[in-house]
Amino acid sequence: MTLDVGVSEELAHAPTAPTDDADAPRDGKKKFPVSQVIGPLVLLALFIGLWYLMHSWGLRYFFDKDGHRLIPTPTRVWHDTVIRPIARERYIEGIKWTGIVAYGGLLITIVVGISLAIVMSQAKWAESAIYPYLVALQAIPVLAVVPIIYSIFGGGLAPRFFVVIMIAFFPIVTNTLFGLNSADAGQHDLFTLRGASRWTRLVKLQLPAAMPNIFTGFRISAGLSVIGAVVGEQFFRTGSKPGVGIIMDLYRTKGNYPPLWGGIIIASGIGIITFFVFGIISKLVVGHWHEAQRGTS
Amino acid sequence: MRSKGRSPRAGSWLGFFLGVVGIIVALVLRPTREFEAIKLRRQRAVATETPSHDAAEHAARSNRRSEVGDAQPAPALTFSAVSMVFPDGTHALRETTFSVRPGEFVTVVGPSGCGKSTLLRIASGLNPATGGSVTVDSSRLGYVFQDATLLPWRTVLRNVELMAELEGIPRDERLGRALDAIDLVGLTGAEFKYPKQLSGGMKMRASLARSLVLNPKVFLFDEPFGAVDEITRERLNDEVIKLFQLEGFAGLFITHSISEAVFLSTRVLVMSARPGHIVADISVPFPYPRDPELRFDPAFAELCGQISHELRGVHA
Repeated sequence: MTLDVGVSEELAHAPTAPTDDADAPRDGKKKFPVSQVIGPLVLLALFIGLWYLMHSWGLRYFFDKDGHRLIPTPTRVWHDTVIRPIARERYIEGIKWTGIVAYGGLLITIVVGISLAIVMSQAKWAESAIYPYLVALQAIPVLAVVPIIYSIFGGGLAPRFFVVIMIAFFPIVTNTLFGLNSADAGQHDLFTLRGASRWTRLVKLQLPAAMPNIFTGFRISAGLSVIGAVVGEQFFRTGSKPGVGIIMDLYRTKGNYPPLWGGIIIASGIGIITFFVFGIISKLVVGHWHEAQRGTS
Repeated sequence: MRSKGRSPRAGSWLGFFLGVVGIIVALVLRPTREFEAIKLRRQRAVATETPSHDAAEHAARSNRRSEVGDAQPAPALTFSAVSMVFPDGTHALRETTFSVRPGEFVTVVGPSGCGKSTLLRIASGLNPATGGSVTVDSSRLGYVFQDATLLPWRTVLRNVELMAELEGIPRDERLGRALDAIDLVGLTGAEFKYPKQLSGGMKMRASLARSLVLNPKVFLFDEPFGAVDEITRERLNDEVIKLFQLEGFAGLFITHSISEAVFLSTRVLVMSARPGHIVADISVPFPYPRDPELRFDPAFAELCGQISHELRGVHA
C-alpha cells in the first residue's frame, strides 16, 4: 500500500515538468504578432524605400544607367504586370505551367530520391557505391547541360522536368539518408531483441525517425525546384507551353522591364509559398513530437 | 486559351485537391488508437462493477504466480563458462558461470568497464559470446536499457505496445496488455503523452512497461536508474520489487550502486575488473516485500560493507 502512495506522489509532481514545456511554445505564440510580423514589415518598407531611391537617383549616380527604365517604380511594375490584361493573362498561364513543371518534377524527385536513400540505407556498400555519384550530380553545372538536354528531348515538358530533377535531387537524398541513419543504437537494439525484419525496422523505426529530416529536404528542394523550372524555361522559349521563365525571357528581349520585374516577383512568390506550405505540412506531421526549429513557418 | 479542354483538367485538379484534403483529414484523425484505448478503459470500468468478467484473468495471474512458487524450478537463465573477446582484442568476460532461477533477483555489481553490460547483451542475444554457452527463453525476455530509448514519435501507450507489436501479438490483445502494464508501473493518465513531455523517471517507467507487456520470464536491467535522481531512484526500486513479486520473473540487474543491489536482490554477484568474472556470490536474506526503511537497518549496512569489501579486493 505504501508503494501505491509513492506512485501517486510522483504522478502528482510529474505534470509540473510537462506544463513547463507547454508554456514555452504558448509564450512564443504570444510574441508572434510583434516580432514575426512587424520585423518583416519594417524590412519590406526599407526595401521599397531603397527601390525608389535606386529608381530615381541611385542607378544614375552609381552606375550611370537609366534608373527610370531599368528599375521602374513598384506601382509601375504592379500596373504593367497585374492590371494590364495581356501581361496578366500571360502570367496566369505561366504560373500554371511553371507550377506543373516545378511540382511535377519535385514529386518525381521525392519518389525517386527517397527510394534511392532507402536503398542506400540498407547496405553500407550501396551507400559508398552511390554517394560519390550523387556529389558529382550535384557538382554538374546544370545550366551548361541544358542545351544538350534540349537537343535530345526537344522543347516539350520532359527536358524541363529533367532540369528540375537534377537540381532538386541531392538535398532530398542526403537529408533522407541522414534521417534514416539517425535512429540511435539503443532503439535499433530494441528491434534486434525481437528479431525484427529489415522491413519492420525500416517502417517502424527508420522512416519515422527520418521524417523531420525528410521534410527539411522537401523544403530545400521545393525552393530549388521552382528556380530550376524558371531557369530551365529560359532555354526552351520556343516551347508551346510558356512558363513564367519563358514569358520573362520574352519581355527581356523586348526590353520591357516592368513586367520582367513582375515575373521575378511572381517566381520568387511561388518559391516562398511552397516553402511555407511544406513548413506547415511538416509541422502537422512531426510537430507533435519533434522539437520545432526556428523559422519553419 | 482557357476554354480549351477545361473540364478534364478541372477534374484532375479536383482529384489532386481531394487527395490533399484526404491527407489532412487522415492527419487530424490520427489518434484513433487513443480512442480505442479510452473505449477499452470504459468497458473495463463497467466490467469491474460486475466482477465475473475479470475472474478468469485473475485466476490466470495467480496460476502463474503459484507456478513460480515451486520449490526448485529449472533455471530461467544459465551462463556456462561464457567468455567474450571483442574483435578489437578486448577481453571483456572470462569463464563466467552462474544461473538465475525463476523467483530469484540477481544483481551484478562491479567496477565500471568490467563487462557488466556485455553480460546482459550476451544474455539477450544482442551479442553472441565467443566462448561457452547461454541458455535462455528469448521469446519472453524483458530488457530495460540504461536510457529509456522510447520512440519519440509514439505516445506512451504506443511505445508500451511496441514490444508486443514486434512479437506479433494481435492488436486487441496487446492494447489490453499495454493498458495493464501502464497501470502497473503507475503511468495511468499519461498514456497519450509523448516522451518529450515526460520526466526522466516517467520515461523509465514507460520503458519498464514496454517489457512487462511480454509477461517476461527473464527480466534484464542494465543500470536503468543510473540517470535519475536519488529520490526517484528509490521510488523506482520499490516499484521494481513490486513488479518482481507480482510477475514472478527471474531478474538480472546491473548496477554500480551497492545499496541498490542489496535492496533489490536475493543474490548479489561481485565481478572483477576486466576481463570480468564473478569473484563472490552473496545471498541477501531479507524477506519481500522490502520496506524502504530497510535501507537504515544495521544488517543492511553490514551486508553493504561486506560487498564493498569484496569490490575493493577486486580493485587491489
